[in-house]
Formats: sequence, structure tokens, C-alpha cells
Amino acid sequence: MIGAMITGALKRWVLAVQEFTYLLSNSLRYAFKSPRYLADTLLQMDVIGFGSLPIVILIGFFTGGVLALQSYRTLSTFGETGLLGKVVALSLVLELGPVLTALMVAGRNSSGIASEIGSMVVSEQVDAMRALGTDPMRKLVVPRLIGTVATLPLLTILADFSGMLGGYFVSYYTVRLTTEEYWTTAYQSLTFQDVTQGLLKPFFFAVIISLVGCFQGLHTTGGTEGVGRATTRAMVVASVLIVVVDFFITKFLIGIGFF
Amino acid sequence: MPGPAIELRNVSLSFDAKRVLNNVSFALGRGETLFLLGVTGSGKSVLLKVMLGLLKPDDGQVLIDGQDVVPFSEEQLQPVRRRMGIVFQEGALFDSLSVFENVAYRLREEHLADDASLEQQVREVLRFVEMEAAIEKSPSELSGGMRRRVAIARTIISNPAIMLYDSPTGGLDPVTCLTINVLIAKMRDLQHVTSVVVTQRLQDAYELVNSVYSQEKQTLVPVNGASGSRPVTRFLMLRDAEVYFQGNEQEFTHSTDAYVQKFLA
Repeated sequence: MIGAMITGALKRWVLAVQEFTYLLSNSLRYAFKSPRYLADTLLQMDVIGFGSLPIVILIGFFTGGVLALQSYRTLSTFGETGLLGKVVALSLVLELGPVLTALMVAGRNSSGIASEIGSMVVSEQVDAMRALGTDPMRKLVVPRLIGTVATLPLLTILADFSGMLGGYFVSYYTVRLTTEEYWTTAYQSLTFQDVTQGLLKPFFFAVIISLVGCFQGLHTTGGTEGVGRATTRAMVVASVLIVVVDFFITKFLIGIGFF
Repeated sequence: MPGPAIELRNVSLSFDAKRVLNNVSFALGRGETLFLLGVTGSGKSVLLKVMLGLLKPDDGQVLIDGQDVVPFSEEQLQPVRRRMGIVFQEGALFDSLSVFENVAYRLREEHLADDASLEQQVREVLRFVEMEAAIEKSPSELSGGMRRRVAIARTIISNPAIMLYDSPTGGLDPVTCLTINVLIAKMRDLQHVTSVVVTQRLQDAYELVNSVYSQEKQTLVPVNGASGSRPVTRFLMLRDAEVYFQGNEQEFTHSTDAYVQKFLA
């Protein structure tokens, strides 16, 4: 009984991996082939990119601020408060900026994509689309993939800058660091490798956010209740994958001697 | 002599351990109408999706105009689907598009018309289903019957030779049911479209069997009073995923089978 349950669960898991791989390979292939749905892609860029702007800037700003406050406590014990700009900049650009931005966008858009496509599946709109001669992979998945890949790195840059600004305000008004001290250490501490790593990760995270949302949406079953389940699952799976993939990208880059 | 428009040979399909179609076979000639009957969950809607290639059977052949479409990829199915149209149970209109955009969808996707002729064609087909006044509305503003009429318009704009209707009158009032039946008959009698109609309402089937569309009167008239010939109609009943009965309206009406009699009662 328990053995059969485990076997069933494993089979479902293997099938899900197989279907996700199929979705990933096909959507990447179709991204470079016509027909291209430019209007849908621009709409997704607006929804995902511009729509996420306020929360990303806000989260970035306060994360930078709290990072400066906490780091100050540690640095002051060594008398190295002058390094505050460096700590904030490195933490944000390498990890917190890309990961927090991706988590915010996953919470907002991975679930949004899953619920939108899931609703279309249960109301037979996706079947109608196929019956009318349109491949949902090209019409629904590819514009969301391109929209996320194009906007997430830009959102990350804005989140990084907003975070550094938050760190600066805390350093200036609370810690009494001068403007030059903060920005000079922040600027000088960042190497080309740091910035590259910080901007490389969002591309992987964007693929996760968009495709997990699309996958969960396209595999929705069980009516409106199923849409709710798909929405929650999309957000949870995307968030967990972002953190796990972040670890492996970092490990890989260290492994190949990128730093 | 041309072969059947649709032919299914020993089609079987299972979802996990549940058999939803078991060894289903039938053939439907060009211009003929097939009524698919059966209780809820007997596999009628699944059978429509199999005909359109939206679901792949585990076994058997699905021949559309003599061509087995089961091995076809999604891309290879596109030309086959261009000759077919389906009206889903609740219409399945795209919520994010207006009535105009819904109806124009296929022509736009296939770049079949410029903007001027597109509007003309959309208005023409909406006039055919008596929905031209709703051209600017969104699907959420339409009633159930209106949604289905727009769905019919969206499908017939590309002049399909085969129409599949999934419970087109389910849950509608008698007046709207008549409007939908008139549209089905109009397609059948004026454009000689091959039709497969899933229905729970036997009175709709008999209305279409015993009437033809009169262009003069713009409605259905009894077959006996019309000059044209009687439409060729077949009945197919599914029970527990299998074909339980198939035959013409005479065989269906005079069947002595107890289960068929339950439907006729």
C-alpha cells in the first residue's frame, strides 16, 4: 500500500519533470521562430516589468536600509564603519538584489500567470485557441517568457540602486557617514565579476518565474478550485527553485574560478 | 464516391486508470448530422475533442476526410483544424478580447483579411447569428445564449466543412434553444456542413431532424412542407465509454431497448 503510494508519487514527479523539460525546450526554441506575438510580448513586459516596479523599488530601499543598520552594529565593534558602503553594495549586487527581486516578481507574477492561464484552461479557452489554429505555447508561454527575461534584469538593477540609496540614507542620517565615504567605498568595492554575477542570475530566475507559472497554469485541473491550487503551487515552486538555483549558480561560478 | 467526412475506427482512451472511450467506431458522411447522446460522463465531449485532435486516443484511428490524424503533430493538425470548427459548452470566448476581436481571431491569426474587409466579414457573420449589436461588447457582458451565438460566429467565419457542437443548448431557455437550433440548421441546409451535435435534449434533436431552414421565412419549417429533401441524420448513444446504439432516426425512435427507451421517455 505504502509502496504503491511512493511509486505513484515518484512517477508523477518524473512525469512533471519530463513535461517541464518539454515546455522549457519548446518555449526556448519557439522564442526564436515566427509567428511572433509582439503585442502580447509588449503587454507582458508592461504587466511584469512596469507593474512590479513599485514593490521592487520599495523592497530594495528598505532592504538596503536595514542592511546598513545591522551591518553597522557588527562593523562598529571593529571600528570599520567606513566600510558600510562596501558591505551594502556587495550584499545587494551579489545576492539580495537578484534574489529578493526574483522572489517579489515570483510572488506577483508566477502566481498571476498560473491563475490567468489556469482560468483559460478550465473554461476551455486554451482548447478553443488550439481549435482555432493557435499553438498556446507560442501565444501564451513565449510572450511571458520573453517579457520576464527582458524585464527582470532591469528590475534587479533598479532594486540594487534603490537598496544602495536606502543604505546611504541610513549611513548618512543615522551613522553619520559622509556622502563621499559611503559612495566611494560602495563603488570601488564592486568588481566586473560581481556585477556580471548579479546580472547573470536574473536571466535564470526569469525563466523559472515565467515557465513555472505557465506550467502550473497549463496543467490546471479541477475547475476554479484547481486554479487556486495551481496559483499557490506556482508561487511556492518558483520561490523554492529560485533559492536553490541561486546556490548552484554561485557554487558553479566559484568552481570555475570566476571570482 | 467520396468517403466519409469523419470516421472513427476502434478508438479507445483512458485517463489514468479510467477508461473514457472504449473501442468506439462510426462513420459520418459529408453533409450528414450526427447526434451524440448519453448521460453525463459517458464520454461525449471527450469524443469531440478526439475528433479535433485536441486529445490523442491510446488506440484506434481518427480519419478526417480519409486522413488518419492520430499520428499528426500539433503543426500538422493545423490545416485539418482549419476545415473544422467547434462550439464549446459555455462558448469558451476569450475573456480578454471583445466580441469583434473574438470573431476576427482566426482571420487575424492567419492574416486572411485586411482591416477593412475584416470588419465587413465580422459584421456579416455576426448578422448571421443576429449578434451584430453586441460587436463592441466584452464576453462578460453577454448572457449564456449570446455567448454561444458569438462562439458559433467565431467558428463559422472561416467556413468550416465540419462543425462540432458540445451541448449548444444546455442550460438555455426554450426561445434561445430555438435560435441556436435555427443556426445549426442554417449551417447544415445552406452550407451543407457536416455536423456532430452533443446534446442532452432529445427535443432539440427531433426539431432538427424534422425541420429544415427556410430562407424565405428565416426560420425552421417542417420537412414535409419544404421543397428540399430530408436531412440525413444519425444517432449515436454512448454508455459507459462504449457505443451502445447507433442508427438513423427511424431505428432510434423504434428501438425496443430498455436503455434507449429511457431517453425517449
